[in-house]
Amino acid sequence: MLKMTKVSKTYRTDTVETHALREFSLTVDEGDFVSVTGPSGSGKTTFLNIAGMLEELTSGSYELDGRDISKLNDKERSKVRNEKIGFIFQSFNLIPELDIFDNVDVPLRYRGFDASERRCRIEKSLEMVGLASRMKHHPAQLSGGQQQRVAIARALAGEPRFLLADEPTGNLDTNMADSVLDLLNEINAAGTTIIMVTHELTLADRAKRNIFVRDGQVSDGPPEMHFAAAANA
Amino acid sequence: MFRYYLKLGVLSIRANPALSALMAAAIAIGIGACMSIVTVRHVMTDNPIAHKNDVLLHVQLDNWNPDDPYDEPNEPPEQVTYIDATALHQAGRAFRQTISFKSDRVVQPDGDDAKPFQEVVRATTADFFAMFDVPFEYGGGWDSAADQTEERVVVISAAMNQRLFGGEDSVGRMMTMNNDPYRVAGVLAEWMPLPKFYDLNNNPYEGAEDIFLPFSLAVTGEWGSSGNNSCWKPIDGGSYADYLASECIWIQMWVELKSASDRGTYLQFLDDYVEQQKQLGRFPRDLNNRLSTPAEWLLNREVVDETIDVLLSLAALFLLVCLLNTIGLLLAKVMRRTNDISLRRALGASKSALFSQYIIEAGMIGIAGGIAGIGMTWLGLQGLENVFSDYDFIAYLIKMDWSMVMLAVLLAIVSALGAALYPTWRACSVSPATALRIQ
Repeated sequence: MLKMTKVSKTYRTDTVETHALREFSLTVDEGDFVSVTGPSGSGKTTFLNIAGMLEELTSGSYELDGRDISKLNDKERSKVRNEKIGFIFQSFNLIPELDIFDNVDVPLRYRGFDASERRCRIEKSLEMVGLASRMKHHPAQLSGGQQQRVAIARALAGEPRFLLADEPTGNLDTNMADSVLDLLNEINAAGTTIIMVTHELTLADRAKRNIFVRDGQVSDGPPEMHFAAAANA
Repeated sequence: MFRYYLKLGVLSIRANPALSALMAAAIAIGIGACMSIVTVRHVMTDNPIAHKNDVLLHVQLDNWNPDDPYDEPNEPPEQVTYIDATALHQAGRAFRQTISFKSDRVVQPDGDDAKPFQEVVRATTADFFAMFDVPFEYGGGWDSAADQTEERVVVISAAMNQRLFGGEDSVGRMMTMNNDPYRVAGVLAEWMPLPKFYDLNNNPYEGAEDIFLPFSLAVTGEWGSSGNNSCWKPIDGGSYADYLASECIWIQMWVELKSASDRGTYLQFLDDYVEQQKQLGRFPRDLNNRLSTPAEWLLNREVVDETIDVLLSLAALFLLVCLLNTIGLLLAKVMRRTNDISLRRALGASKSALFSQYIIEAGMIGIAGGIAGIGMTWLGLQGLENVFSDYDFIAYLIKMDWSMVMLAVLLAIVSALGAALYPTWRACSVSPATALRIQ
């Protein structure tokens, strides 16, 4: 379970103070599929980064599976991130010098699995995304949709409890986006909790639960309702 | 993970071959400049008789002016008088002992067309060769009987043997110096003790003499010393015998003990000897006798010219400049890879894991720089040899031994790791969220 209570995140420069999140509270249950929508600059990505422990929160508390994340040191955070969280990014973030097999291998290396265990997991996750035959290809040899599938395979190889997706279909055409969403639905059906930031309401509708972020604060409900309210305001 | 980091290092170097080559080249040039000087200094400060360092001792007796030390603050003379040299040698209280001085002779080769030439010779005693492990190609040294009977024997170097006898086994053959015939007792194998520890006066890097002959023969022949000669009071009379009886110092004396633990006993013997001499009106200064191992003696005489230390400092500064360039290049390379670093952080790499990865990559560049640096060092040494080609000994100063090769690689790796610390720390400090967001 992921639980944020009154989380605030403030970015400070010499002259400017920006409140990205204000007393942001959210609980995500095991097996949930949560879409996060909101206008640009509303704090969606900041929320996702804090959820993924890529950023420190300024105040409030964040518990992941009952552990207070703020009390962990860098090594412990890295371990939690590696074991419990998978990331999917808008721009795929594959490492161009590595082939597909080695890209999926990255989080498993830091997990400390032996070679046979890693091979088994890599083959299984690439099979799941339909790219088992492309293991020795490099990212540049794949289409955008295929690259995102590789990124999903990489996120899944460690069998994380949470999958954090930041605009996972943002760089894909409609057909590819649909197929990626189908895949995410399958993954969620298999038990993985997914939190997906998206601009696209049609994609957000395919999640089990929708939350809307505006001015660094969260509210539940269908995104259309919030966008309509925002438009009328 | 080490193998994984090595693999990532290779991939990274292959992905940025020009930048990686530039870094390795910067390190190599710095290492080359630094190691060229370090190598020369290494040879200059080498102890050529290190394997016998504990049992070989240089002898100093303070027979100097009661009102003025030989050297400040209270250093005894570095050589001894004829009276003391012969007395201590004849006493034979050490396992081996040798006294010697440098002189010169005119060598007259056989053959009508051969021109005579002047040559520096060393007049010494029989133990010289055994004490200093002098290697022989043919024959050997003379025995102590030859010292006493003033036998006309010589030991010549391989180069002199080549010059006079075409390099063949010349033991038993005769050679002529100043119209006197000498029988060749032995021919040395290649022997170039640098510094010339047994006589550091004048030039410690001139190498060993090419001709050695009995000390007693030289004295009977009234040969002068062509090395250092110092006197603190006038000689009574003008004859050679008066010179031998004077307080002038011009003879180098070394002893070999059976064990290093005998040093105290021998020093006590020297003190007792000087006390006896004091009763005869000599040695007006307080007891100040010294025994020095070759290492101590080399240190005492400061055989390395200050110039080489200045050059070494300049070379170290040059290496530092090269490393600053390397830091800049590494910084540029690493900061270009913040996306990779952030991604790995997101996928579970700790800061320490990333630090290890980048340090290993820097170490690989350091090894490449070190290997190239060995080549640069060799080039630097060739340059030095060409510049100083007029000096016979220069070829011996520019030899790179394995310890220098290993030091070059080690210095390159340490330099690369040192240069990588700051860029790697900067890279690991990048906020992963920021880097992943901005791409």
